[in-house]
Amino acid sequence: MNETLHVARRNPKLLIGLSVVLGFLLLGLLGPLFVDHGPNQYVGPQSEPPSAQYWLGTTTFGQDVWAQFVYGIRSTFLIGVLGGGVAFAIGTAVGFLAGYRGGIVDEILTMLTNVVLVLPALVVLIVAVAYLDARGLVVQAVFIGLTTWPWAARAVRAQTLSLATREYVDLARLSGRRTWRVIITEIAPNMSSYLVMSFILLFGGAVLTAAGLDFIGLGPTDGVSLGLMLENAVAWSALQLGLWWWFVPPGAAITAVVGSMYILNVGLDEVFNPKLREL
Amino acid sequence: MSLRVNGLKVHYRTLRGDVQALDGVTFSLGDGEIMGLVGESGCGKSTLGKSLIRLDHRMHHIAGSIELNGRDVPIGDDAAMVPLRYHEISLIPQYAMSALNPTRRIGRMIDELLRSRGVRPADRADELRRRLELVGLGTDVLRRFPIELSGGMKQRVVMVVSTLLDPSLLIADEVTSALDVSTQRSVAESLVEFRDRGHVGSMVFVTHDVALVHQFADTIMVMYAGHVAEKGPAADVVSDPRHPYTQMLLSALPEAGEDTGERLRGIPGTPPGLLDPPTGCRFRDRCPMAFDKCAERPPLVETAPGHWSACWKTEGH
Amino acid sequence: MWRYMGRKLLVYALTFAVAVTINWMIPRFMPGDPVRSMLNRGSISDPGALERMTAYYEEVFGLDAPLHEQYLNFWSGLLRGDLGISVMLYPEPVVDVILRAVPYTLALLIPAIVLSWIVGNRFGAFAARSKVLDNSILPIGYVLTATPYMWLALLMAWSLGIVAGIFPTAGGHSYALTPGMNAEFLASLVTHWFLPFLSMFVVALGGWAIGMRNMIIYELEADYATYLRTLGAPRKLVRRYAYRNALLPQITGLAVQLGTIITGALLTEIVFNYPGLGTLVLDSLNNRDFFLLQGVFLFVVIGVLVANFVIDLVYVFIDPRTRVQMTGASS
Repeated sequence: MNETLHVARRNPKLLIGLSVVLGFLLLGLLGPLFVDHGPNQYVGPQSEPPSAQYWLGTTTFGQDVWAQFVYGIRSTFLIGVLGGGVAFAIGTAVGFLAGYRGGIVDEILTMLTNVVLVLPALVVLIVAVAYLDARGLVVQAVFIGLTTWPWAARAVRAQTLSLATREYVDLARLSGRRTWRVIITEIAPNMSSYLVMSFILLFGGAVLTAAGLDFIGLGPTDGVSLGLMLENAVAWSALQLGLWWWFVPPGAAITAVVGSMYILNVGLDEVFNPKLREL
Repeated sequence: MSLRVNGLKVHYRTLRGDVQALDGVTFSLGDGEIMGLVGESGCGKSTLGKSLIRLDHRMHHIAGSIELNGRDVPIGDDAAMVPLRYHEISLIPQYAMSALNPTRRIGRMIDELLRSRGVRPADRADELRRRLELVGLGTDVLRRFPIELSGGMKQRVVMVVSTLLDPSLLIADEVTSALDVSTQRSVAESLVEFRDRGHVGSMVFVTHDVALVHQFADTIMVMYAGHVAEKGPAADVVSDPRHPYTQMLLSALPEAGEDTGERLRGIPGTPPGLLDPPTGCRFRDRCPMAFDKCAERPPLVETAPGHWSACWKTEGH
Repeated sequence: MWRYMGRKLLVYALTFAVAVTINWMIPRFMPGDPVRSMLNRGSISDPGALERMTAYYEEVFGLDAPLHEQYLNFWSGLLRGDLGISVMLYPEPVVDVILRAVPYTLALLIPAIVLSWIVGNRFGAFAARSKVLDNSILPIGYVLTATPYMWLALLMAWSLGIVAGIFPTAGGHSYALTPGMNAEFLASLVTHWFLPFLSMFVVALGGWAIGMRNMIIYELEADYATYLRTLGAPRKLVRRYAYRNALLPQITGLAVQLGTIITGALLTEIVFNYPGLGTLVLDSLNNRDFFLLQGVFLFVVIGVLVANFVIDLVYVFIDPRTRVQMTGASS
C-alpha cells in the first residue's frame, strides 16, 4: 500500500489530471457563491467582451457569462456523478451477476448488454427526452445512466469471471453465503481499483452525453449548463457576431474536465498495475 | 571448450532495489555437451538461460564475462548481441505454445524471420523440410496457422525454427514443463538427435526435473539462490552428489527401486530473498552441515575431474 | 461459423425489435398526451390541413384499439416502409425527407470514420515507439476524445470560417446555386463539406490513437514478439507483426465506437447547419415533428446494425483465429 502511494505521488499523469479536476470542482463549488445574481439574469450591457467587471463578458442579452460558466461547471459535475453513478450501479450489478452466476443468467444478461451496447445512446436519449415537457437534471441523469452502462457491465463481468474461480471466492460460496454478500465482501474489494476507473470513464461519458443533449435543446428546462451555453451561443448567432467568449469557455471546460479525468485514469492504471510502470 | 562463463552477475532492477538473480556464476561447457541446469524456481536458472542470449529490459549485466568459441559474448550490449543471436546462440522458449505469431502462416513467418536475419529462405528450405520430418511433422504445417496445431506440434515447430541456423549454443528453457511424460521424453530425444547430427553445438537444458535430465544430459549443474552449487557429469551428480543442497534436492525426489520405506524428505525452509541476500553460503540457513566457515562464500572447486562443488565441507577444502 | 453468425444476428434482430418497441412505447406511455401536444404545437397555419392531420394521426395511432393490436399495426406499417407523414413538411412522407438527408450524413461519416481510423492507428503505433512520444501523443489523444464534437465544430467554424473566411460555415452548398452536375456546384459541395468533416475527423482521431497505442504495447509484450527479438529479428519485423495484430481489435473497436461517432456527426451537422440527419433532428424537435424524429432514430439504428454486421463479416475474414475456429466447428 505504501508502495502504491509512493508511486502515486510520482506519477505526473495522475497528479496533473487530479489537480485540474479538483481545480474545476472547487470552481464549481465555490464560484457560484461569489456571484450575487442568477446565471440567467440580465445584468449588464449586451455583447460585451471580457472585462474587469464581467470576466468572461456578456451574452447578447446582457447575461454574465462568468456566472453561467461557474454554475455550468457545477451542473457538469452533478450530471457526471449522477449519470455516471446510475450507469455504474446498473453496469456493475449486471456485470457481477452475469459473471458470478454464469449459466442462463449470464446468457440473458450478456444478450441484454449487447443489445443496449449496439443502440446509439444519444439517439435513444433524444427520442426519449424529446417527449418530456419539463426536464430536470436528475431525470436527464437517470436517462443517461439507463443507456450508457453496457460496456461497464462487460468489463466488470470479465473481471468477475476471472475472480469467481479463485479459492477464497469458492470458499465463501461453499460456506453458503448469499450471492450479493459474496460479491460485496469477496469480489468487489479485489477489483476496487478497476471499479474506480470504470466510474471515472462513465463520469466522462455522462458529461459528454449530457452536453450533446443540452446542445440539441434537450437540456434541463430553466437550468444552466455548459451544453446549454453552447446551444444558446449558436442559437443567438454568437459565431457570426464574434462573441467568442460565449462559446469558447464552456467547451474548453468540458474538454478540460473530461480530458483530465481520462488522463487521471491512465495515471491510476499505471499506479495500480505495476506491469505498466516499466514502460 | 565452447562456452565459458566467468563470474557472471545479472541483477533485476526493481523499485525496491536490485534483485541479485545471478551473483557470480562460473562454469564452462564443452563442444556438444548437453548440460541440465536444475534448481528450485527462483534460483536463477531461467535468468542464466536468458542472459546467455537476451536480457529483458529489467535485467542488467553487472559483471562477469561470457566467451563462446573463443569470442566474447557482449550480453550487456543489445545491439552487439544481434549478430550472435539465432546464428550462434538460440533459444527454445518456455512459452513455445504462444511463440508463433497467431496471424501468420507458419511457413511465411519462418521465411520472414530468416530473411530478416540475412538468410535466403530457399537456402534453408530443404533443411527445414528434413528437420520437420525428423520431429515427425509434415511440410503441410508450413501452410497452417499456429491455432490449427496442437500444443505438442507447436512445441516441435519452435524446436525446428530455433535450431534452423545450426547455432553453437542452444538454450532450452523449461521446454518439457507443459508436456506429459511420454512427450517429454520424445522432445528430449529429438534434442539429443539434433546434437548428434550437428544441428546444434552444445546445449543448456533448463529444467526443474532432475529425473528427466539425468536420463539424457551429459552434465548437470545445480543452482541455488543465484549461485552455482555443483556441476559435474550427470551420473556422478546423481549418484554421488557433493553439495548438501544437491543431496537434499535428490532425496526429495521419488526414486524408483528404492524400497527402504524412507519417506520423501522435503527441504525445510525457503531460499533467501535475493533483494538483500545474506553473505557467505546462501544455503547456510537450511543446511544441516552448516558451521562457522559458511559465513564466508565457498569457492567452486574441482573435487574430481569435471566435477565442481561450492561447499566448505566438500573434499578438497 | 453459422453458430457465431447466428448469435450475432440474433442480437441485431433483438436490438432492432427493442428500438422499434421504444419508438412505439414512448408516445403512448410518456406522461401527458404527446400526440395531442405535438399537433397543438405543430406549426401548421391552415386549419383545413390541421383537421386532416388530426384525423390522420388518430387513425395512425389507432388509440382506441387494444394495445397489442396497436403494436402489431405499428410493425406492419413499418415493414411496408411506412414511417408516417412529416408534420413539419406535411404532406411529405417521413421516409422521403430522411432519404434526402442521408447522403449528406454518409458523406461526412464515412470519410471521417475511415480516415480517422487509418491516421489514428498510425499515430497510436507511433506513440508506442518511445516514452517521449508516448507522453506527448497520449495526453493529446485523451484531450481529443474528451472534446465535445460540437465544440470543436464551433471553434473551426469560427476560426477557419468566420475569422479567416476560408470556408463557408453553413449549409450543404451555396444557396445561390441550383444543384446539378457542374463544376461550380460540386466545388461548392466540397467547400461546405470540408469543415464539418475536418472537425469530426480530428475528434475521432484521438480515440483510435489511444486504442492502437494500448493494443500495440500489449502486442509488443506478447510472447511471439519476445521470441522474435530473442532470435535477433529487427525491430521493423516485430513492429510490423504487432501492428497488424493490434489492428484486429481496432476493427472491433470500430463497431463499438460507431454510435458515438454517429452522434458526433449529428451534433456537428447542427453547428454547420449541414442538411443531414442531425439538422433534421433539430428541426423536427423545434417543430415537434415526432414522426420525423422517430424515423431518423430508426434509420440510425438500422445503419448502426448494418455497419456492425459488415464489420463482423470483415473481421471473420481477416483474423485467421476466428476463421479457423469457425471452419473447425463446422467440419
